[in-house]
Amino acid sequence: MKKDFLMIRNSAAYLTEAVPVIELEAFRNKIAEFCNKADGRIVALLGKKENNESLRIFTVLGSDSKGELYISSAILSGAEYSSLTPDLPQANLFERELYEEFGIIPKNHPWLKPVRNSAGYEFYSLAGDSVHEVAVGPVHAGVIEPGHFRFNCHGEKVFNLEIRLGYQRRGVEELMLKSKPSLRLVLAESIAGDTVIGHALAYCHAIEALADRQVPQRGRVIRALALELERVANHVGDLGALSNDVGFLPVASYFGRLKAEFSNMLLALNGNRYGRGLLKPGGAAFDLDNELVKNFKIRIERGMKEADEITDLLFSTPSVLARFEKTGVVKTEEARKLGLVGPSARASGLQRDVRCDYPFGMYRFKKIIPVKAATGDVFARARVRALEIKRSLTFIDEALEMVPREKISISCEEIKPSSFSVCMTEGWRGEIAHIAFTNERSELSRYKIIDPSFHNWPGLEIALKNGAISDFPLCNKSFNLSYAGFDL
Amino acid sequence: MFFIILHFIIFLAMPPFFIGVINRVKSLFAGRRGPPLLQPYFDIIKLLRKGSVYSKSASFIFKIAPMLILTSIICAGLLMPLTGDSLAGFSGDIILFVYLLALARVLTILQAMDVGSSFEGMGASREAIFGSFSELTVFAGFVTLGIITRSTSLTDIFHWGHALKEPATLFLFATFFFILLAENSRMPLDDPNTHLELTMIHEVMILDNSGPGLGIILYASALKMFLFMALTALVLLPNGDLPGLMPAGFLLLKVLGISIMIGVIESIAARIRMIKIPQVLIASFVLTVFALLISLFERGMI
Repeated sequence: MKKDFLMIRNSAAYLTEAVPVIELEAFRNKIAEFCNKADGRIVALLGKKENNESLRIFTVLGSDSKGELYISSAILSGAEYSSLTPDLPQANLFERELYEEFGIIPKNHPWLKPVRNSAGYEFYSLAGDSVHEVAVGPVHAGVIEPGHFRFNCHGEKVFNLEIRLGYQRRGVEELMLKSKPSLRLVLAESIAGDTVIGHALAYCHAIEALADRQVPQRGRVIRALALELERVANHVGDLGALSNDVGFLPVASYFGRLKAEFSNMLLALNGNRYGRGLLKPGGAAFDLDNELVKNFKIRIERGMKEADEITDLLFSTPSVLARFEKTGVVKTEEARKLGLVGPSARASGLQRDVRCDYPFGMYRFKKIIPVKAATGDVFARARVRALEIKRSLTFIDEALEMVPREKISISCEEIKPSSFSVCMTEGWRGEIAHIAFTNERSELSRYKIIDPSFHNWPGLEIALKNGAISDFPLCNKSFNLSYAGFDL
Repeated sequence: MFFIILHFIIFLAMPPFFIGVINRVKSLFAGRRGPPLLQPYFDIIKLLRKGSVYSKSASFIFKIAPMLILTSIICAGLLMPLTGDSLAGFSGDIILFVYLLALARVLTILQAMDVGSSFEGMGASREAIFGSFSELTVFAGFVTLGIITRSTSLTDIFHWGHALKEPATLFLFATFFFILLAENSRMPLDDPNTHLELTMIHEVMILDNSGPGLGIILYASALKMFLFMALTALVLLPNGDLPGLMPAGFLLLKVLGISIMIGVIESIAARIRMIKIPQVLIASFVLTVFALLISLFERGMI
């Protein structure tokens, strides 16, 4: 393990040449071994074109219980290697992505098809007299993002659900390399429109790590406040949407109003309800004054009381529980195999939270207590959200007392050559990973983005297995994944 | 002549108003001001003034179905004693009444399957299954009412005025109320407000209808709902032998009460799982059978 992998810290820069290069087949076996035996998982698996046009594959592996991150690499000589997917289902999307981007063919992959391109895509289809297929999307009845859902059903029962995305491919990773440094932040904020802070924060960490600069504590506090506010606003919105999907209207409209209360706090902070423009590499772009801190304390206290009342009503209504419980179950073992992250993983009994496992920014100084539920159903996913709202509000309340008097940002312009940095943040959907490489001229040469949705979409497919097709919207809402974040 | 005109005014003009009432109650519960009470009329008028878009795979059935559905429901309305007496009642009209509504259902299912969309096929199969359960209950309910009142026409059944003294009618009220919710795609069995095709029953069958066709179907649904509300109200509190305009006035009040009840029920409970709907419908059938047994037993017929 020692010589094949380099142990790294979250949001720190290392020289690219320090990453071990091992033989491809050994590389593959080590990944499988690490993930299957040592409670690890794949954080990232990506290809990078080297200067001499050969392809180098990097993998970042995480051991959540120990809080350790490892990186390793292999040079791809031929265009083939033995597929990881049969041993390690969570590698499926990563291998298909490598195949799509670089044409690398994993031998014995169960079904190699594109991830985001429509060319050469085939759907799984069941044969049989009374099996029927239902195709939903990519154009939907509500104002939501495009995605195609293919159900193979017998009556109301779903045998298989296949999700095809890629309708919003913008090529963000390539744009990151081409754009001016000042535009990259805007790009990062637009990866997923509802996770502005999460992605912008990961991008800022990457630049700061590569520039080797430390953000002042005041900047860190503001960032953590914004990240938690984003989480609370989205979780509250999700609980409202879940109530709406089961037709429980009073709670749905109450949550809808409450969501705006929290988005409005971000608005008060920097004039944008999603927090666009609040962060910048080196710190925060907007400051808190004492007036605002006092005002926030009052609003948080009131918000906490109202959120408590309304979640109590939601979880004490039998007809709601009857819909939530045992719907869309993802068992702990399945969640582990698929490598789920964020609230969806925590709802299935996996203790995974970047804020605790690989702490960054303010979370290095102030711990946040992670939340977990065991049942893996819609109820658990709703419950985890409700508890996280509580924890995050408490965190914000305490953090507001801990705002030191100092600068909110420093400049960070010079970035180091030939380095890389793995930056993970816990967005409201889960782990966001940005991996940045620089070349000898200190320019970004590869920028890899992994949205939590990339890990979690397969979870939704599993949740629907043998479920009822009429429960799909509810399950979908309980995951509430990003299409744009997946498509990039 | 006056009562004929009154019957038509009540039956053809009032129903959308009660949908407005339900929506208003739901809005109040959700803390919103809600749309105007007359919004359902505005919606229907707006749709009637639009053009239609037809699916390429739709045949003539899809085009004529809305009118046929409306016609069969209006015919059913002629049998309902809205002003004390019905317009076209005869002995045995309960069977015609149920089958006219069934005809409307069959036409809705046919026009849904006609366009060949998988959503609408799914909705049609749900409607067919759930409909077969609720028809059974409606018939059992009418048989019970027939035994209690010794008549088989709706007018005669509801001329009898001692419902509250008859324990069976309490059961019947409960089951008719459930059937009212089930037949008119109300919560907790169906959600009339959802935009999620996969969870719909009735709404999904009319996804392809547009313009006047959709307007007519929405209007027909309002009429159908009014018929069921009137029926449910009359089971609990029949007209008896009230003179003049009183039956019509009381009926509207009772229907208003039922609309408010529906609004409240839709606000305080979540929708039940699709898989459980047949169980609920069977339970209401069992309740009807109890009512039947009670009324038979009281009369010494068993």
